[in-house]
Amino acid sequence: MPPSTPSESSAPSPTYSDISLRVNGETYALPVDHRTTLLDALRERLDLTGTKKGCDHGQCGACTVLVDGRRSLACLQFAVAAQGREVTTIEGVADGDRLHPVQQAFLDLDGYQCGYCTPGQICSALGVIEEHAAGWPSAVTADLRPEAGPAPLNADEIRERMSGNLCRCGAYASIVEAVARAAAPDAGGSCAGVCGTEVTA
Amino acid sequence: MTVATGAVTGNRAAGGAVGTAHTRLEGRAKVTGTARYAGEVPFAELAHGQLVLSTVARGRITAVETDAVLAMPGVLEVLHHGNAPRLNGDYAGMLGKADPLLQVFQHERVPHVGWPVALVVAETPEQAREAADALVVRYATEPHDVAFSEAHPAAYGTDAETGGTAETEKALDASEVVVDARYTTPEEHHHPMEPHAAMARWDGGRLEVVDSNQGSAFVADELAKLFSLDPASVRVRSEHVGGAFGAKATRPHVVLAAMAATVLHRPVRVVLTRRQLFSLVGYRSPTVQRVRLGADADGRLRALDHQAYCASSSFREFIERSADFGRVMYGPDAYRSQNHVVPLDVPTPSFMRAPGEAPGSFALECAIDELAEKCGLDPIALRSRNEPEVGVVSGLPFSSRNLLACFEEGARRFGWSERDPRPGVRREGRWLLGSGTAAARFPSGAAPSTAAVTAEADGTFTVRITAADVGTGARTALALIAADALEVAPERIRIRIADSDFGPAMVAGGSMGTRSWAWAIVEAVRALREKLALGGTVPPQGLTARADTGASISALSKKERHSFGAQFAEVAVDVTTGEVRVRRMLGMFAAGQIVNPLTARSQFLGGMIWGLSMALHEEAVRDGATGGHVGADLAGYHIAAHADIPPLEAGWVDDVDEDDPVGIKGIGEIGIVGAAAALANAVWHATGVRHRDLPIRPDRVLAAGAAERPGPEGA
Amino acid sequence: MREFAYERAADVAGAVALLGSGPGARALGGGTNLVDLMKAGVERPQLLVDVRELPLDRIEEDGDGGLRIGATVTNSELAAHPEVRRRYPALAQAVLAGASGQLRNMATVGGNLLQRTRCGYFTDTTKACNRRSPGSGCPAVAGEHRNGAILGASEHCVAVHPSDMGVALAAFDTVVEYETADGPGTLPLDALYPPVGDAPHRETALPEGALITGLTLPDAPVAAHSRYRKVRERASYAFAIGSLAAALDVRDGVVHDVRLAFGAVASRPWRARRAEEALRGGPAGADAFAAAADAELAAARALPDNGYKLTLMRNLVVAVLGELTEEAGR
Repeated sequence: MPPSTPSESSAPSPTYSDISLRVNGETYALPVDHRTTLLDALRERLDLTGTKKGCDHGQCGACTVLVDGRRSLACLQFAVAAQGREVTTIEGVADGDRLHPVQQAFLDLDGYQCGYCTPGQICSALGVIEEHAAGWPSAVTADLRPEAGPAPLNADEIRERMSGNLCRCGAYASIVEAVARAAAPDAGGSCAGVCGTEVTA
Repeated sequence: MTVATGAVTGNRAAGGAVGTAHTRLEGRAKVTGTARYAGEVPFAELAHGQLVLSTVARGRITAVETDAVLAMPGVLEVLHHGNAPRLNGDYAGMLGKADPLLQVFQHERVPHVGWPVALVVAETPEQAREAADALVVRYATEPHDVAFSEAHPAAYGTDAETGGTAETEKALDASEVVVDARYTTPEEHHHPMEPHAAMARWDGGRLEVVDSNQGSAFVADELAKLFSLDPASVRVRSEHVGGAFGAKATRPHVVLAAMAATVLHRPVRVVLTRRQLFSLVGYRSPTVQRVRLGADADGRLRALDHQAYCASSSFREFIERSADFGRVMYGPDAYRSQNHVVPLDVPTPSFMRAPGEAPGSFALECAIDELAEKCGLDPIALRSRNEPEVGVVSGLPFSSRNLLACFEEGARRFGWSERDPRPGVRREGRWLLGSGTAAARFPSGAAPSTAAVTAEADGTFTVRITAADVGTGARTALALIAADALEVAPERIRIRIADSDFGPAMVAGGSMGTRSWAWAIVEAVRALREKLALGGTVPPQGLTARADTGASISALSKKERHSFGAQFAEVAVDVTTGEVRVRRMLGMFAAGQIVNPLTARSQFLGGMIWGLSMALHEEAVRDGATGGHVGADLAGYHIAAHADIPPLEAGWVDDVDEDDPVGIKGIGEIGIVGAAAALANAVWHATGVRHRDLPIRPDRVLAAGAAERPGPEGA
Repeated sequence: MREFAYERAADVAGAVALLGSGPGARALGGGTNLVDLMKAGVERPQLLVDVRELPLDRIEEDGDGGLRIGATVTNSELAAHPEVRRRYPALAQAVLAGASGQLRNMATVGGNLLQRTRCGYFTDTTKACNRRSPGSGCPAVAGEHRNGAILGASEHCVAVHPSDMGVALAAFDTVVEYETADGPGTLPLDALYPPVGDAPHRETALPEGALITGLTLPDAPVAAHSRYRKVRERASYAFAIGSLAAALDVRDGVVHDVRLAFGAVASRPWRARRAEEALRGGPAGADAFAAAADAELAAARALPDNGYKLTLMRNLVVAVLGELTEEAGR
């Protein structure tokens, strides 16, 4: 694709739109500059600052939200293009005062430090659990054949699937434990064999 | 309410709160997204500032063509050296004389790529960004020099070398075994997940600033000096900080927010882009280190010489003190070390997690491993053979030194005794396996701080201190410390931090924050309990006592005070693709009183992950032709991702310092120290090849291949 | 980023009409590359034509034993599709090796093929780059080129194509389908990317204003025995420094059919036809695999800092074909 060589003579088209955004079950009507990303719309226009801006280029995952139920990056989509889609941010994850099990596990297991990547990690974890339940494989799934059935969501699978969420504090170990615990609540908090990994020869 | 000392002992946690696991006080806010960081506090009439940085490495600005940009929609102002208010540059800050980087827009000189040249302020972030992109700045360029090398003609020794040259050379000559190796580490960057952000406004005659920093009192003090304001008229807050690691001192964004708010008479926010972090907030200098060790055949060290080179800018000296690491590690007969600086047309480096110790420990702890190999000794045995009684340079005794206890317990947990010392003999499919170890050390210090503790009329206590919780868990740790000092349950403590109005206090840095703040809180509690012991009623507004630890810190006896640790790592290396995968890591630490085991583990592990990231991934690449970076983003500058992190564990041994009134040593940095060395030593053990240049990239592993060694499994 | 108009296309004809309205129009799919480049100032479109709601989101049988993949199918959907996993496992692996879960949920198949290089000079508008700004020079040749191309490059550009998916598609003779205002057309994937030569800014052979509508993956029984291996500087969420898509059909120790494509070595996914020719009909074994890799790499030209890629690709060919041979023998 050649670099853009804009024709300055083309008729002016509107560069803003009145849109409505569905976020956490609420509908917001707002005019947007087309340049406004979903991330900036959430943070600057709707005061939903839980979604973080770590790099603004799709290279860190801090802005992860759910769009139509799938995790995606709010920094790489324009708000105008998100019209008609159902957006869930970290502010919409808890059930009132009751934390979502993923949130609770992050809190209990110290799955964070500075907290800045945390909303993205949690939204991503929600997506990971859904995607795994839907039978989606990952890059570390040994046998991709559908006949092989879904691989268990073990620590290696969680690590690979969560790799789009960088954490500079290095809370990775506890994050993996938290996702494992939240994904397998029936395991009696045993974190699907992920927690308390013995470090011995 | 009548309060006597007896009354405040009610509800005391059995055995005290310190030492038991507590989730973070702000944890709920962080997991629900309600914790607001500096760029997220809403203000009416907020304008948005976007920085424009130089694209040349050396020269001067000849024109800033503002007219076209000022005509763009929403643009309010373009600040640059031709119109910016004058700043005071004649003051001493926390780190010596005023940082020229903070003298924003005060002259037309450009000393490196990424130097601030203009700030565009607009009504919306989109308008500010487009206008900043569109702003034309013209330069008269001059030849630049960004090529770092120990052979650079401008290299100079930074201070008198420690120890004697002749004595060291003699001891090396007399040594039966000598290691002489050159190690390099690249330019590394902090990259906290939250880019620097600040909002400033004038409110009731005061400059009010919300900033992302490691010490709001210091930022307030520096802003007052820069703008020649009464210190009492500046207030800086930093309630939640999205990571810092040394990068979040006073930085240009906060100076510019204050400047623009002053010029425009309205609140202004300045947020740095990820790319801008590469030149505005400090970084770890690249290093070249030559380590020479001389020993007897039995491994007893006769000589240790550590010469370290780092880069700095042309306008400010910052020394990455790598050569200092060995000063208290071992007890050679002859010791010599010196740090050298090469001034270049690059940004000034700064403190980055374990400054000096991180690269210094990589070089020395790899060299020790090489010595162990040459002597045919286990590397832990070699270290225990060289334990010093006192600091080899200072001659001072250690306040506590539990390095060997860390190695003993670490070796037990890691299964070190089962390790076959031979390199390059373990294969599992395409992977060669190996393990390695290294020692860690970081100094334990404290700096004067003030704190206030208030007994409230409702029976609770409020602690106020200008501490910063940059993710360390300081807020929670300090609440536990206050609870124990008051002998009440932590639930009765309200802790308020990160507001310069609470008075001067140490920054969150140097692994000194929690130790310094705890000391002040404990002294304030003591003063409060004395007041309460006199009996009487707590008035409705509460009863407050304050403390300043300046006197008690200076009264502390002179000793070598350090945290110690032992790092263990196991790696898998595919020499046909160059991939290195870490299998597991263990860090054992002797770091004084561990206040909150839950968050302490997180900090230790975070440090170890930094060490892994340093060993295998991190490297900023500078382009000689332009003098700027190539790939200056998080896709080009790799930090470890989830998939890079194996099962890892951190533990600690008892480390009691009877002489210390607080007992806390600080744990923010020791986790990274020695971790890269342990990994590099493990890569050697796996492949038989020493990797002395970080990061251990696939292309380097491929180039080195695997040493041809006959192994039992045909490796 | 400058201001732009936005239109959401309802059908392919409408999208093509909008895209043909002027050179400043761009199709917006997942946006994972375009929006990034707009922020960086590399792309400055005047009109974005949102194509995500076009009815191009299906994966179907093509009637000849192959699969037809709509252009707006997301990477995630492609990798999760049972028939892709069963019949073209290297393609699913390649997709899963790319980017992150979030990005794969956004990115589309059509956009993946048109994504632009991540060369650090290309993405930084303060630096020269012939690909972004024709005639300005290629500083990578004398500068940072550790991840630069060793095959098919020129002194005008040594950037590599970043796609993982494309490497597997190249191995399986994928055909690209597109639509223009003048009607539809097709291009073999090999022909989608012109040689670099002295015009690295000409990145595709698509007609002006064309919209990729889908891909056809021809029937290829050998693809069921395929693998994608990617080497990168961290374990995940990083672009390749070398990758290989390989498919192998070995019968009685003889190579009956083989497909090889290299990633991160050229400005395009690199189909290794010379290596395939060297192998076809010959013995399956480490020596033959190494010789085949050498045949392909004979044309390689390394710069001072990317010569390791020759070793890497040779080793990958030997290792992956060895694994596929071993599995075929089970």
